Amino acid sequence: MEKMVDVYFFGKKYSVPASLTIMTAMEYAGYTLKRGCGCRHGFCGACATIYRIKGKNELKTCLACQTQVEDGMYVASIPFFPTDKRTYEIGDLRPDQRVMMELYPEIYSCIGCNACTKACTQNLNVMQYIAYAQRGEFEKCAEESFDCVGCGCCSVRCPAGISHPMVGLLARRLTGKYIAPEAEHLNRRVEEIHAGQYDELIEQIMQKPIEEMQELYNNREIEK
Amino acid sequence: MFTPEMLESIKKVEATRAERMGMEPRRMTAEEKDALLKQYHPDYREEGFAEIKIGPNAGQKAPAELTALLHSNSRLLGKKIDLNKIDYDVDVLVIGGGGAGASAAIEAHEAGANVMIVTKLRIGDANTMMAEGGIQAADKENDSPMQHYLDAFGGGHFAARPELLRRLVMEAPDAIQWLNRLGVMFDKDETGRMVTTHGGGTSRKRMHACKDYSGAEIMRTLRDEVLNRKIPVVEFTSAVELLKDEKGQAAGAVLLNMETDDYLVARAKTVIIATGGAGRLHYQNFPTSNHYGATADGLILGYRAGAPLLYQDTIQYHPTGVAYPSQIFGALVTEKVRSLGAMLVNAEGEAFMHPLETRDVAAASIIRECTDRGKGVTTPIGSGVWLDTPMIELIGGEGTIEKRIPAMLRMYLNYDIDMRKQPILVYPTLHYQNGGLEIGGDGFTKVIGNLLVAGEAVGGIHGRNRLMGNSLLDIIVFGRNAGKAAAAKAKEVELGALTLKHIEDYAKELESSGVHTDGVSPLLLPNYARHER
Repeated sequence: MEKMVDVYFFGKKYSVPASLTIMTAMEYAGYTLKRGCGCRHGFCGACATIYRIKGKNELKTCLACQTQVEDGMYVASIPFFPTDKRTYEIGDLRPDQRVMMELYPEIYSCIGCNACTKACTQNLNVMQYIAYAQRGEFEKCAEESFDCVGCGCCSVRCPAGISHPMVGLLARRLTGKYIAPEAEHLNRRVEEIHAGQYDELIEQIMQKPIEEMQELYNNREIEK
Repeated sequence: MFTPEMLESIKKVEATRAERMGMEPRRMTAEEKDALLKQYHPDYREEGFAEIKIGPNAGQKAPAELTALLHSNSRLLGKKIDLNKIDYDVDVLVIGGGGAGASAAIEAHEAGANVMIVTKLRIGDANTMMAEGGIQAADKENDSPMQHYLDAFGGGHFAARPELLRRLVMEAPDAIQWLNRLGVMFDKDETGRMVTTHGGGTSRKRMHACKDYSGAEIMRTLRDEVLNRKIPVVEFTSAVELLKDEKGQAAGAVLLNMETDDYLVARAKTVIIATGGAGRLHYQNFPTSNHYGATADGLILGYRAGAPLLYQDTIQYHPTGVAYPSQIFGALVTEKVRSLGAMLVNAEGEAFMHPLETRDVAAASIIRECTDRGKGVTTPIGSGVWLDTPMIELIGGEGTIEKRIPAMLRMYLNYDIDMRKQPILVYPTLHYQNGGLEIGGDGFTKVIGNLLVAGEAVGGIHGRNRLMGNSLLDIIVFGRNAGKAAAAKAKEVELGALTLKHIEDYAKELESSGVHTDGVSPLLLPNYARHER
């Protein structure tokens, strides 16, 4: 007999196998998920969830698809959170400190409570990446926020109303576009292709009979 | 937290590690690969397939679960939908909010079209978001589009449509540059040179990556760009049927608000199907690495409207899905783990194959190890083989795993498995639909002149197997092209009166072919809810 635990979805008690994740336990209980379910493998942030273990004071945040159920778990999924994304034309921006002041000025209202970091389902140092953003250190902000899945648990807990995932995203786009050096070999290859340098060669390989292609493929040299 | 039996087997893996470090297992010959695939690849298991009875592919086979959906009727059959009440009226309707749909929408918008995205979950809830390993492009000095073509063509068993594959490889560098200029953070060295690795079946190191969040980094950037452009995105709303006009053109879609169950009508001069894959149909009871909405909806919509499928009988099983622990069963373990040096090792500690064979060959080889050869490691829900991840730290130096594949490290640490110190257990997982709706090189279906398809819903780009890193590439290349082509085409399309007559015709054809069905499709969401009564 499989070990069962009691969990409470939106306050209602269900007995579910202890081996399940919160997400699969909800389905075991009979829920057909619409909101609160996306990639199911920890990459999309759709299943932001808040829970408390009965008798304990601490309020926890997690991804429902990546978290195993525990006995006495009171669970509420967060179907949507009004994260505040500002719109901009990326081509008009420049990676200087002013950008954040203009687009996300509320980051300067951070009171340093660190609730964002404690809430992060990816164990990122969220408050630190916001601090980098405040100082215009976008590359560091990008690196520190890179593994963010945008679940928004940080923003749910923030007393200053900061939309942390959006700040990290902006820093990453600025870094990718402006700060990291351009790949010269890539730009060269794009130019060569646009200049038609490969047109004839690709046409030739497309026209080759299958037998010749098999021969070429089976004997091709593989880079070490 | 491994079982005692697993820990015993790990000792054997550790015992052979030093010796294996210095060797490269032999690659199989073409004949060996053919024989292995025929005997062990799930595509060759006849009981997994069923014949399609009607439509353009009648007489051909498809996975039984897909055939059942093709043999089902529209949920709109017999329903009165007022097609004169138009809720959305656009030039370009993009169905699907993944990488292909977002790329298409951006390019259509760039071309000045009035474009909207409709998606049954959220924008970005897509397989794109979960692609870990990387994206291919021949942009290094020792590489060329021809070399890329050869690798992909051979890896796909010489079945790719040349005009599609040509586009894929020739426009690959441009796709990377486009993404980079949107702000995607590719792994680069301090001079800006891309850090590239091998994937299974590549002859040059052309795998570009963003750590092991490659798809996520691409998807969140594209989503941000869609939102910056204020392109309307209608979420939690699925397309349940294509609309046509009396001239036989595509004319939009009937939508279903997933939360209120209300139907809506979207009229459009061009329609792009970008609905992605089918992993959640769990062909042959395989677990899947796919997202929740991967139920082949677009294939059903397109087929019912008359568009043919291509290679619908070929499925990609990713060789390294999680075999243990059960909470993450079937989740993807990126091929990059092998690119970085981890070997596939059986229960006895033997490296039974070269770790970078193509995916179909690797999957078949693992299945052989776990069945006929009896050298798999038993798990509570099946079996698996070891992926010897500590080798990565030995080869690349301490810290390589955390730096290059942080998502994998995090996923396993959740369950107290430290892949830097212990190997992990893997078994093939249902990963990708090689086939799909047939298109020409310009992205249009061949029978409906203003219906386009992009991304995983397309068949023929890769042939009968796909190389790692060519899917992230195809959603960008074919997504962008579809967006541009749809915007241009919309200028010349004149729509007539809207009709759903094709769903009635389809029902009649089913009936007259002897297929009596109560089934309804597309599926929209998998049936995971357990009900005791």
